[in-house]
Amino acid sequence: MTSDILIMQAFNGLSQFTILVLMALGLSIAYGLMGVINMAHGELMAMGAYATYVTATIFENYFPGAFDQYIFFGIILAFIVTFVFGLLLEKTLIQALYKRPLDTLLATWGVSLFTQQLFRQIFGPKELSVPTVSWLNGAMNFGGDINLPINRIFIVSLAICVTFGVYLILFKTRWGLRIRAVTQNRAMADAAGIDSSRVDAFTFAFSCGLAGIAGSAFTMLASTSPVAGQQYLVDSFIVVVFGGVESLFGTVASSFLISQEQAIFEFLMSGSMAKALMLGIVITVLYFRPSGLFSTKVRH
Amino acid sequence: MIKDFLNNVYEFLRKYSLIFILILFGVVFPLVLSDFRLSLMAKYLCFSFPAVGIVLIWGYGGILSLGQGIFFGLGNYFMAMFLKLEAASLDTSASALSQFYGSSLPDFMVWNSIEVLPFWWEPFHSLAFTIFAILLIPTLVGFVLAYLFFRRRVGNVYFSIITLALASILTILIIGQQGFTGGLNGITDFKTIAGFSLDSNNVKLVMYLTTVVLLATFLGLGQLLLKSRFGSVLIAIRDQENRVRFSGYDPALFKATIFAFAAMISAVGGALFTLQVGLASPSLVGIAPSVEFVIYAAIGGRLSLFGAVYGSLLALEAKTFFSEHFVQFWSYFVGATFVIIVRFLPFGLAKLVDSIFNPEVKKIGNKK
Repeated sequence: MTSDILIMQAFNGLSQFTILVLMALGLSIAYGLMGVINMAHGELMAMGAYATYVTATIFENYFPGAFDQYIFFGIILAFIVTFVFGLLLEKTLIQALYKRPLDTLLATWGVSLFTQQLFRQIFGPKELSVPTVSWLNGAMNFGGDINLPINRIFIVSLAICVTFGVYLILFKTRWGLRIRAVTQNRAMADAAGIDSSRVDAFTFAFSCGLAGIAGSAFTMLASTSPVAGQQYLVDSFIVVVFGGVESLFGTVASSFLISQEQAIFEFLMSGSMAKALMLGIVITVLYFRPSGLFSTKVRH
Repeated sequence: MIKDFLNNVYEFLRKYSLIFILILFGVVFPLVLSDFRLSLMAKYLCFSFPAVGIVLIWGYGGILSLGQGIFFGLGNYFMAMFLKLEAASLDTSASALSQFYGSSLPDFMVWNSIEVLPFWWEPFHSLAFTIFAILLIPTLVGFVLAYLFFRRRVGNVYFSIITLALASILTILIIGQQGFTGGLNGITDFKTIAGFSLDSNNVKLVMYLTTVVLLATFLGLGQLLLKSRFGSVLIAIRDQENRVRFSGYDPALFKATIFAFAAMISAVGGALFTLQVGLASPSLVGIAPSVEFVIYAAIGGRLSLFGAVYGSLLALEAKTFFSEHFVQFWSYFVGATFVIIVRFLPFGLAKLVDSIFNPEVKKIGNKK
């Protein structure tokens, strides 16, 4: 009995993990490559969530027959919208603040406040929920009392696919090769003929797109509000610093650890106290491993 | 002619900026402003304390703290605890309850069915201890925190994230432990301080003048600190930390000291806020206020102690204006200001003013 509850609680932690890992992957790539701390990452997630909501509304009204499949279009639209926004942001703002990490932090914080208010005006301050798709309803039985909701299984598989996709892009494509080259040594990469400013723009936009997908997944867990993203921001930063910047494995592992930690503490105490304890533990660990648990050496 | 005159005024203000602030805020404003405006001014000045601290740590130390709200909040709550206990001891209904419980409890504790005053509230019966706590505890916390992390050579960016996380932990704790802290509503409804009614206009004026004097004191101390050898080492650490380390200095010690000083300034601001606005609230502790303090410093100019004061006043005046007229634009305004200042005016209004009057300034400080 208790083991069943534990498994289900662990699985709840796992769905939290999907959001965190998608958010943190983007943050980690952007920070590792360009030294950019993107405080608007949470709002990009909210943007993805709203894009999914808009897709759902469009399908509901114009293509009710295909409504069951809208979620795939929602995810794609969320990625495209946030990717384009990220590209614009990089070209207009981030590029000018290159090599000033603390300044990008402040400037993107400004962007985050601005977009948050924009959401509030367009979609209203209340929480919006996306209608559920019939085939994602219900739960799957895994023997005994273990019932896992299908929509959560869906987003966990989504996160696994995306993470694997990021791995493929980073390690198996020319683009990934360029990104890794610029991350390791910008000057040498430039000298070897890589257009590092194009790599920057693409990578930043890509990291924003990942936040968009996180937003899409988020709509399946909870309802979206203008401040939805901000609640994940601190957590995903903590994941990044805890795992060690620019380590794909570190980011995934630390998202997993942190979300499981949180889920287990939540089982033992109130949700907010669990969060405080989790942050406290992470800060203590950072004292002993200042560059994260799974850090690799990166030149900046 | 006019240009010469303006230049002279500028030179004069540059030289005597501390005296100018004392006269402007200590003499001119109390005479000119209405009671209502003056109380607003008092509130603004309280918020400028953490901004002055941020100039010291960010502009000169290169440490961007996104958690000055922690220290502002500690000062804020310590003072509130003292005032609340004094209010509880005078309240007749509370004293009736105290016969029952054995000691007089603040009202929110009674509502949360806390029966015994927590031990860490006890010392706040004494004003002397409270002042001691406001000055010492945040300073100590700041020093230990910064020293531990900087000794481990945690980078400045990581440190920013850590302060951000700490600010959110403190907010969560305050809201979560409603019985001990008043929760989301904070602590409010104070009556007197050391027997003087907080509502009386004279007491308010004294509070305001105390605020001005304390602010000027910290500004003066900050100036002295920056002019001293300590200040030179600090700037050197900001620009070339490793070189300073190899020269035999311990950068962590310097960074922790300035961080502790900034923490103390913030805490005093927070305590004065409680006195003048009559509120301690988790909304003054968390991430949002912490980041707002940074924007005050950024508007004034990260290298200008006095700029932080004027920056806070401008930003807060704008905040009041927007919230009186069109609330929703405040977020747009703050957001846009952040972007514009960082993108186009990284050294804030102070640099802008300087470069108008003194073209030589343009050349310095453009780097970094």
